[in-house]
Amino acid sequence: MRVIAARTVRDAVERLVLEANTRLRPDVRAALQTAAAREKKKIGRAMLHAVAENARVAARERLAICQDTGLPVVFAEIGHRVAVAEPLVELIKRAAAAAYRRYFFRASIQPDPLRREKKMSYFPGVVHIDIVRGERLRLWLLPKGFGCENKSQLRMFNPTAPLAEVENFIVESVRSAGASACPPFVVGVGIGGTQDCAALLAKKSLLRRLNVRNRDQWLAGLEERLLRRINALGVGPFGFGGSTTALGVAVLEQPTHIAGLPVAVNISCHALRSAQAII
Amino acid sequence: MAEYITITTPVSRTMLQPLACGQQVRLNGILYTARDQAHRRMAQLLAGKKKLPFSLENQIIYYCGPNPAPAGRAVGACGPTTSGRMDAFTPALLSAGMAAMVGKGERSAAVIAAIRRHRAVYFATYSGCGALLSQHVQAVRLVCFGDLGTEAVYAFAVRDFPLIVAVDARGGNIYEQAGQA
Ligand code: SF4
Repeated sequence: MRVIAARTVRDAVERLVLEANTRLRPDVRAALQTAAAREKKKIGRAMLHAVAENARVAARERLAICQDTGLPVVFAEIGHRVAVAEPLVELIKRAAAAAYRRYFFRASIQPDPLRREKKMSYFPGVVHIDIVRGERLRLWLLPKGFGCENKSQLRMFNPTAPLAEVENFIVESVRSAGASACPPFVVGVGIGGTQDCAALLAKKSLLRRLNVRNRDQWLAGLEERLLRRINALGVGPFGFGGSTTALGVAVLEQPTHIAGLPVAVNISCHALRSAQAII
Repeated sequence: MAEYITITTPVSRTMLQPLACGQQVRLNGILYTARDQAHRRMAQLLAGKKKLPFSLENQIIYYCGPNPAPAGRAVGACGPTTSGRMDAFTPALLSAGMAAMVGKGERSAAVIAAIRRHRAVYFATYSGCGALLSQHVQAVRLVCFGDLGTEAVYAFAVRDFPLIVAVDARGGNIYEQAGQA
């Protein structure tokens, strides 16, 4: 059994918080560049250039890409031959909170969602753990802003629902997300499992790099079709109109029950931030 | 036509009238930040016929909760938050003299009607570009509601702060036109 010191995890989480919040993912930057070259509307092109410039300033000045540094969502894959010296979930949550404070990112977590009497906090984020084969610990940190998280949707379809109905639901979710969710978007779609699994898959699909094709040919075709339809909506960068409403669509699927078809849509704004560490 | 129109605060109605939705603007002067909780407090004061801690007359409110300032800077990332959440409070602030607002995203029909009535303007700025926008803020001063932290009212001294006319004084609406392309 390999034992990882708490300190190693703490340092990795701290690095991820800084990297994710200040360095826009290279695949997102590349997609923005391609989109700016293709965008049909002048104002849309100007706005895409502003997004790219923002990423440059953030990296250079070590500033948050967006003032909404989000709710930090961590995906952890822990090998079956690894042990961590302290309880992993709490360790990650505390390390993330400390790093947010250290780098002057905003405290955006409300400890009592309904009563809203407590002070805004840095603690805690959300941690999802998976146990996999091997001796490594892999961590992804995805700070999720709520301008776009608020527009996420989930529907339990009939198993006999025609494919067109599912596609329409996804496209309509994007249309209704509108300007306040900060387009151009990356659209994560989770299909199958139970209701909770579908939502988690949708979020997790945002981790896939935009230049990586779905390994399933049929799903890759579905993603391309959805992206074409979404970009025909005309919402455009920041909602000012244009042919760039989304930079990408990513679908993740898992088996479900014969009686159901859960479909979740998780919208990410253009500030799709995530960073990865392998320990 | 120049690519941008430059305006300076305080903004008179005469300065705002020629602006048309879709136009890009650069702002110099003062932007007052206020988001959810500050709006609630201002609306309560106005409803109780009390004076606001600062004058809204010909001023611009920016829907923003800035990040704390790292050492040696005026402010951290400071992009716009969703304007729609302020809709319920906006007509009262317009009646109190507010000339314009800055935020992101669509407004309600009631807000657009109030904008026309008061010949005001709703600007959008670059959403999700808090790092870039912070470079246009030269100084920050706490104005009121300091207990609200990031949600307090701050006066941002801005230079060439980029804006886009989203709803003009005649009710022209960039978001309505967007989907029709
Ligand atoms: S939706 Fe994204 S880009 Fe927009 S304000 Fe929130 S975190 Fe920032």
